[in-house]
Amino acid sequence: MLSAILTTILIVGGTALLAWPLGIYMAGLFSGRFASADGLFARTVGGAPEQDWKQYSIALFAFNIVMFGFVFALLATQHMLPFNPDGQGAASLDLVFNTTASFTTNTNLQHYSAESTWSYLAQIGGLMWLQFVSAATGIAALAALARGIGGKPTMGNFFVDVQRASFCVLLPLAMIVAAVIALNGVPMTLQGAAQVTTLEGVAQTIARGPAAAFVAIKQLGTNGGGFFGPNSTHPLENPTFWSNAFEMVAIILIPMACVWMFGRIIGRPKHAMVVFGVMAALLLIKLVASVGFETAPTQAFMDLPVTQDVGNLEGKELRLGATTGPLWAVLTTSTSNGSVGAMHDSLNPLTGLVPMAGMWLNETFGGVGVGMINMFLYIVVAVFVAGMMVGRTPEYLGHRIEGREMRLAVLALISHPVLILGGTALFAATAWGQDTLNNAGAHGFSEILYEFSSAAANNGSGFEGLGDNTVPWNIATGLVMLIGRYLPIIVPLAIVGSLMAKRRSAESAGTLSVESSTFGVMLFITILIFGALTFFPAAALGPIAEHLTSMR
Amino acid sequence: MERATSGQTGLFQRELVVPAMRDSFAKLDPRTLVRNPVMFVTAIVATTATVILLRGIATGAEDIGFQAQLVFWLWLTVLFGNFAEALAEGRGKAQAKALRDTKESLVALRIGKTGDTEKIPATQLRYGDIVLVCEGQQIPADGEVVAGVASVNEAAITGESAPVIREAGGDRSAVTAGTTVISDEIRVKVTAEPGSGFLDRMIALVEGASRQKTPNEIALTILLTGLTLIFLVAVGTLPAFASYAGGAIAVPVLIALFVALIPTTISALLSAIGIAGMDRLIRFNVLAKSGRAVEAAGDVGTLLLDKTGTITIGDRQASEFVTLPGVAETDLLEAARLSSLADTTPEGRSIVALAGGEEALPSDAEPVAFTAQTRVSGVDLPGRIIRKGAVDAVLKLSDYPEDTVLALKKITDRIAQAGGTPLAVVENGRLLGAIHLKDIIKTGIRERFVELRRMGIRTVMITGDNPLTAAAIAAEAGVDDFLAEATPEDKLAYIRKEQAEGKLVAMCGDGTNDAPALAQSDVGVAMNTGTQAAREAGNMVDLDSDPTKLIEVVGIGKQLLMTRGSLTTFSIANDVAKYFAILPAIFVVLYPALGTLNVMGLASPQSAILSAIIFNAIIIPLLVPLALKGVAYRPMPAASQLLRNLGIYGVGGVIAPFVGIKLIDLAVAGLGLA
Repeated sequence: MLSAILTTILIVGGTALLAWPLGIYMAGLFSGRFASADGLFARTVGGAPEQDWKQYSIALFAFNIVMFGFVFALLATQHMLPFNPDGQGAASLDLVFNTTASFTTNTNLQHYSAESTWSYLAQIGGLMWLQFVSAATGIAALAALARGIGGKPTMGNFFVDVQRASFCVLLPLAMIVAAVIALNGVPMTLQGAAQVTTLEGVAQTIARGPAAAFVAIKQLGTNGGGFFGPNSTHPLENPTFWSNAFEMVAIILIPMACVWMFGRIIGRPKHAMVVFGVMAALLLIKLVASVGFETAPTQAFMDLPVTQDVGNLEGKELRLGATTGPLWAVLTTSTSNGSVGAMHDSLNPLTGLVPMAGMWLNETFGGVGVGMINMFLYIVVAVFVAGMMVGRTPEYLGHRIEGREMRLAVLALISHPVLILGGTALFAATAWGQDTLNNAGAHGFSEILYEFSSAAANNGSGFEGLGDNTVPWNIATGLVMLIGRYLPIIVPLAIVGSLMAKRRSAESAGTLSVESSTFGVMLFITILIFGALTFFPAAALGPIAEHLTSMR
Repeated sequence: MERATSGQTGLFQRELVVPAMRDSFAKLDPRTLVRNPVMFVTAIVATTATVILLRGIATGAEDIGFQAQLVFWLWLTVLFGNFAEALAEGRGKAQAKALRDTKESLVALRIGKTGDTEKIPATQLRYGDIVLVCEGQQIPADGEVVAGVASVNEAAITGESAPVIREAGGDRSAVTAGTTVISDEIRVKVTAEPGSGFLDRMIALVEGASRQKTPNEIALTILLTGLTLIFLVAVGTLPAFASYAGGAIAVPVLIALFVALIPTTISALLSAIGIAGMDRLIRFNVLAKSGRAVEAAGDVGTLLLDKTGTITIGDRQASEFVTLPGVAETDLLEAARLSSLADTTPEGRSIVALAGGEEALPSDAEPVAFTAQTRVSGVDLPGRIIRKGAVDAVLKLSDYPEDTVLALKKITDRIAQAGGTPLAVVENGRLLGAIHLKDIIKTGIRERFVELRRMGIRTVMITGDNPLTAAAIAAEAGVDDFLAEATPEDKLAYIRKEQAEGKLVAMCGDGTNDAPALAQSDVGVAMNTGTQAAREAGNMVDLDSDPTKLIEVVGIGKQLLMTRGSLTTFSIANDVAKYFAILPAIFVVLYPALGTLNVMGLASPQSAILSAIIFNAIIIPLLVPLALKGVAYRPMPAASQLLRNLGIYGVGGVIAPFVGIKLIDLAVAGLGLA
């Protein structure tokens, strides 16, 4: 127990410490502190005019369409292209669509086993490239949002921002992480699979490839797509205790730094501290809950005359320790990472609820850039209700929140439950979902619910136990990922665009301070009411019903 | 203050409640309901439940009794919402009726081009017509006095029966339809077209007919509609989930869950809160021209307050006589006394009282009255010419020895620095000294300013005094800033400067020259005694013409928003308990183990659902008094305010329904209703 607590504190607390200077650096970067780099980036795209929210959104959208188109073409034609030492064949177009949507949207939902599906070119030139630029898209969007809400006259230039994020944040960090995990034993090679003879004398094919580079950005950019099918439970993606710890740090580092970056750009580090505190509190609750629920043995032991007091060991990589399974599960779903360090399908029912809750809320640090953007929507709602309670027309940082902003915020907030619950309802009631399940009853329901939650939250982790490489699953989750990505990015930019056009009002003792702990409490409650209450019936029919039925 | 007292009687008077109940049914008209999306949706699903019930009765389905009760309570939820709104409107309607009776009885004596008069109904008057109003007649239309002076009883509008003087020219020329001339006669130029006069506006306001949703109300309605949509998704997907689990959930039960979860409580009370906010202002004898103005009052960051009448009592008091070197004190006292004996203003009387001695004017004295031109007053006695007045005015009267002037300046500067107003006294060209007139700060006003400051509101004192005097009074009264020797242009410039810094500014004014500043300010309260121009420029009119009320107006604006926010929080917080009441009840057939979630130990699934929906309905009338009166409001910083309201309405909103639903369940089960 003590080691579990220590591990958690060291990883989460240590990352929080690292995130602080990184956030300051990123705020400087996006405030134009490095003029020569900015000049180079501007020249690369032939000049960088300042953009308003519409121009910025259009640029972002256009760039993402290019990303999608390029990678779709690459994946669809991989069998005709070089760097395919293992001779991967053509993939079905619905899988190509799903995979392209998945990596463009920073989701990395994988309805395949990479080592038996994609060529090295597809993985490195297509998917890994997307892991960089999709993450950069999210960070750029946050920078634009922060500039607008912080009182800058424009939102900046998307093309410069996306280069700043790629070349000055993601690439250097990815190199460090890749080097460290490569030293820990993650392969980095363009050679095809190794043919070996085992000690038993059997011939075995061991898949390998340029995994270290892929895994580094997979973790840093809250992507989560594994180079190998079993993701970070695979020994060649995550060989040692240290690689495990290091990868967990990489998962939450940039999402945490994004909060500080936001606070710095808007000139309110204290407000960022309150937001960070709320996120950290939610994270802590989830950590305690999941590690706690996982101390019970799996339900298979329920009726056996066996004393089992080491917790649930099913689906865990024991070389990494039993605690890191639920810890990783929480971190990967709090951020929209989605890599897995244990099989979520095998978690105890209530432990399995925790990652789902993480994806429903989707802003306990959240995806790089977008986590803070999601939080912004909750802040708008919290400020609105709290503002009235202090007897003033609600304002956020001096911007008055009125009908138009509320309409947009509600639109973005509603989209999440609509995508998750609507998708789950469709697949739970029809053969599209029912025929792909490995488990019946409440657990099977959880598998469907999890898949849609993961897609809508752009998380990408799988509950597994689901035969999800089917046409309906590929199309449906592909669409859910696309809507769940772009709506919650563009709409907040529109809100800020609308706020920027208004006269800013001064703050006084009579205005609601977004820097106080009271506001933190208000924000916390708002998140629980708006984010969690909606999903309570679904949770009751999935993990809670399973727990109450089987874990007596 | 007839109206103000009538407002303190009970909320649920018979004469208000009965028509409100009748109106609750009239308001079921879909065209009315659709203005409130959440209640409209509730009515739609209640209709659906009714259709299902009727079909069930026709086919002889089970559970008819349970379904009938659900339908009954669903409709009651809608009716309770209508009732809250009707009750809030009803309070204004009684006032409106009296005003309308006044308006319809008005007749006018219109003066034709040739000078003859004709008697016509007031409704036929047009802009620019001239009417004659004689003693005992009511003024037929809003207008400006163009000739004559009259004392007018404005009780019909203000509730204040003391007559006021209305005269041509100057700042007291505006008259209002429905008020009565009680002496003399005046000619009035009509300045309002029929139907747009003050009386019409007041009728519309108190009736709530001209009520438009404020920006904040619109935004809140959107949020509540959004919540309704979210719960539509949460509940609408349940049949699919249930079919996966191999069961089914009856539609009436789904409807009950849906209605319990959507924010019916706040939606039902929303318009009542808005109407009641305006009504509170009206009862306070302030007319707001729009709900927007009331909300803006809550946002005010800077209050511009006139010194006289608001910060200090209107009259200054003599507090000290200061003699010049070489002047006997008795000479000054005597001269001051004599020159003030004919001065019946409180200032004059205070000088006489301080000087002491004889209080009757000598028979051979000829008083010289104060005029705006000379700015001095005094008395002429045989061989003695005594004058007193503003220092610069007195100095202009003749040439004085330079050292005396310097000595006087020294004295008057000292008086000014102490916040007083010096009056110089001169007899036969010889300066005697100065009288120190002191401004008396109103008791308790300093504490009010401290409160305002804690609420983040800056107070700015506006005064015609010189900067020295103004600074001293400002320091004594505890205002944050002052504007000395203020001209209307200065006020306007100050307001613009504050607004440029992002603050909302409130001020009050009465003169025509205040009109630009009133129009520029975010909350401009025009005094009812003021000119028509001022009353048009402001977005509120204070019928009592009491500038102090600006402070309360801010409070009423804040209270309105606070009530809205607190009841929203309460309404949403209620959902936690409702989930725990209804979800186990409907899921227990799918997974029996989910009965564990029935933490309240409700008697049966049916009684649980019924209890939740009954609680959801009856909480509306229970909260009507709070919606109409507003939540308790005390000035305090925003952070404490939030914590307090979050504690009461947030935490209370979570706990209350657990208790309420459990109690109702005991009753429902006990009575065998389900």
